[in-house]
Amino acid sequence: MCVNGKMTSSEQVTATGTQVVEKTATLALAGQPNVGKSTVFNILTGLHQHVGNWPGKTVEQRVGRLEHDDVIFHVVDLPGTYCLTAASPEERITRDYIIHQEPDVVVVIVNAAALERNLYLVAELLALGAPLVIGLNMIDVAEQEGFEVDPEILSENLGVPVVPMVASRAVGVHDLVDEAVAIVEEGPSSEPHRPHVRQDHQQVLDELRGLIEDYVPAPYPHDWVALKLFEGDEEAATMMRDILPPERWAMVDDILQQHEDAIIAVASGRYEWIEEMTRTAIKRPRIGRVTVTQRIDRVATHPFWGLILLALVLALIFELTYSLGGPLQEWMATHVVEAFSAWLAASLVSAPAWLSGLLVDGILGGVGTVVTFVPILAVFFTVMGLMEDIGYMSRAAYIMDRFMHSVGLHGKSFMPLFLGFGCNVPAIMGARIIESRRSRLLTIMLAPLVPCAARLGVLAILVPIFFPHNATLVTWALTGLPLVVLALGGVLVNRLVLEGEEAAFIMEMPLYHMPYPKSIALLVWRRIMAFLRKAGTVILIVSIIVWALASFPRGDIEASYMAAIGRFLSPVGALMGLGWRPLVAILTSFVAKENVVATLGVLYGVGENSGALAQVLSASLTTPSALALLVAEMLFVPCVGTLAAIKQETGSWKWVLLNVALLTLLTVVAGTITYQLATLLL
Amino acid sequence: METNNSVPLSQLEAGESGVVLRLRGGRGFVGRMAALGFTPGATLRVARNSGGGPIIVDVLDTQIALGRGQANRVYVRQRENDE
Repeated sequence: MCVNGKMTSSEQVTATGTQVVEKTATLALAGQPNVGKSTVFNILTGLHQHVGNWPGKTVEQRVGRLEHDDVIFHVVDLPGTYCLTAASPEERITRDYIIHQEPDVVVVIVNAAALERNLYLVAELLALGAPLVIGLNMIDVAEQEGFEVDPEILSENLGVPVVPMVASRAVGVHDLVDEAVAIVEEGPSSEPHRPHVRQDHQQVLDELRGLIEDYVPAPYPHDWVALKLFEGDEEAATMMRDILPPERWAMVDDILQQHEDAIIAVASGRYEWIEEMTRTAIKRPRIGRVTVTQRIDRVATHPFWGLILLALVLALIFELTYSLGGPLQEWMATHVVEAFSAWLAASLVSAPAWLSGLLVDGILGGVGTVVTFVPILAVFFTVMGLMEDIGYMSRAAYIMDRFMHSVGLHGKSFMPLFLGFGCNVPAIMGARIIESRRSRLLTIMLAPLVPCAARLGVLAILVPIFFPHNATLVTWALTGLPLVVLALGGVLVNRLVLEGEEAAFIMEMPLYHMPYPKSIALLVWRRIMAFLRKAGTVILIVSIIVWALASFPRGDIEASYMAAIGRFLSPVGALMGLGWRPLVAILTSFVAKENVVATLGVLYGVGENSGALAQVLSASLTTPSALALLVAEMLFVPCVGTLAAIKQETGSWKWVLLNVALLTLLTVVAGTITYQLATLLL
Repeated sequence: METNNSVPLSQLEAGESGVVLRLRGGRGFVGRMAALGFTPGATLRVARNSGGGPIIVDVLDTQIALGRGQANRVYVRQRENDE
């Protein structure tokens, strides 16, 4: 048995006397975006996977475990990247991981239907010196597109094992792991054919390498550092400037100044190498062939029909979500949460009143209601996940880019913002796909203005009470209001704060493909879990605090601290035509948006009785006050779960506080204008 | 048949092809575009260009959507349509 690299092996003798040999090795999975890499990861690790963040970064890290023959692989899914410059956190994570963690084998997944572009990343990885196995994925799609790739010739040309695969049908995954095991056990069988820089720059690069060779710190490969310096890589430059004696750095810097455009020579060299590697391995498509993707895109990216299609898709998503998820939510509310509350209340009869109150009203009232939204979110995220998986979402981003651009956002902001109609938490986390930090921050800050399922749920209950004859019209107006504010906010911030900043929109439009249910299921699972984790932590804590404020000092909400806060704020409420009760109701929506209804029920002394609530509300609030209340509900500070997500994604309380301050101000201003105007006009 | 005019990619209409001459921008932009196949000498074909908003370009068997700002910074030599 050959032990290679960092791989560790331990032998144990079991009770029966047989020898068990356990070997562990690290397998890093790399690839460009849209190559089916996460599908491969899901097949390899199944449910033995853990999702977290890369240390200190808001980039998702997925690790898992795979047992194959007698090797236990620690599988690390590296972020999808087109290249390995230091331009994005994903690229830095990938190269730092390979350099510093030295995985035993790097499996790089490439898309056979766009092989040449995909080999660009392989060229970058080879320069790092890691032992590679190439998974030539989507050979079925390539065949549909009319390509023929010969994996054996490609492997021979590259000097790297190449395994043909159709990951969406789990074809070839076993062979891929066999090759990885072979590398781990026996080492690479041949020396790879590495790329070179374009001929006219070779001499300069050699000179550069000569200058730094003796100084490059371990574990950085010399050739790679020289190449990265030449490309103008800032991380490599910073590292070598600190290490090299000043006069030597001056010589290096001199060369770099003279060859500022060397990145072009390096990239061209990589494409020359790719051409050499693939010339004999690819048969080109027949010209004039119309593919499935082209046929769909005649409509999907058409400037007019594309918009119509997008509108239909979005309408269908809403329709499905509310027709399937709505009844399920009601069922959960009555048969699970209320039934459980009743049972809990009954079994706590002899317990102190405060305990029963805390558990039933405080915790179940807060967290329980939040949890009833799971069915709606499950349906919504499944349909969204399907659209992402088949490749439609990048078309939606393309279609929307022009409009998003005019409000200072980005085509890629569209997807996360749209997720916000389900729940703002995954919307804010979804903003990670936007590379430019400024665009990402702006998307995060504006996301709470997308009315989530909970806010829309409150509208569905309250609007018919106040406006029995115009419920639909008023609902649409109130749904549109925060979106208009979102657009105006985008324009303002763009003009005033981010002026002159142009966020680049560069996005691949992947080929459409059949959905892979397991990937969608895992995506839905992760988004729902993110939502539930918030419910189980921040929402739980704040539910308890709000319950305490509403119950103490004497167990009577009329005389509680919460009522005192409401009365203290009543001058502000007066501007909006709101007494302390509706004001407190809006404040408690800080825990969860749907709390407004429950709080109103408690404050007006009608509890859960919806008929009585309708009567007392329509009697005690005038039309202008009711409008102001609804406007405030739509615009007020997002729920605490969303604020926690903002903290997590921006890494700073500054943005959370700014969000709270701006939205509070906005609520008061918009509520006041609504009330005063409505009083004048109605 | 080729003409020698250097035009921004954004000025090519849908169905027209060109050869990249140069990219105008910082190393970050050039490096990112190079990884997607936009290097001098590469052949492109514009698949969508509606006169405003982003365009879609066929390059290296992939469709890439480019914002108008980015498409203005890629200079190409237009090729007579040979299809």
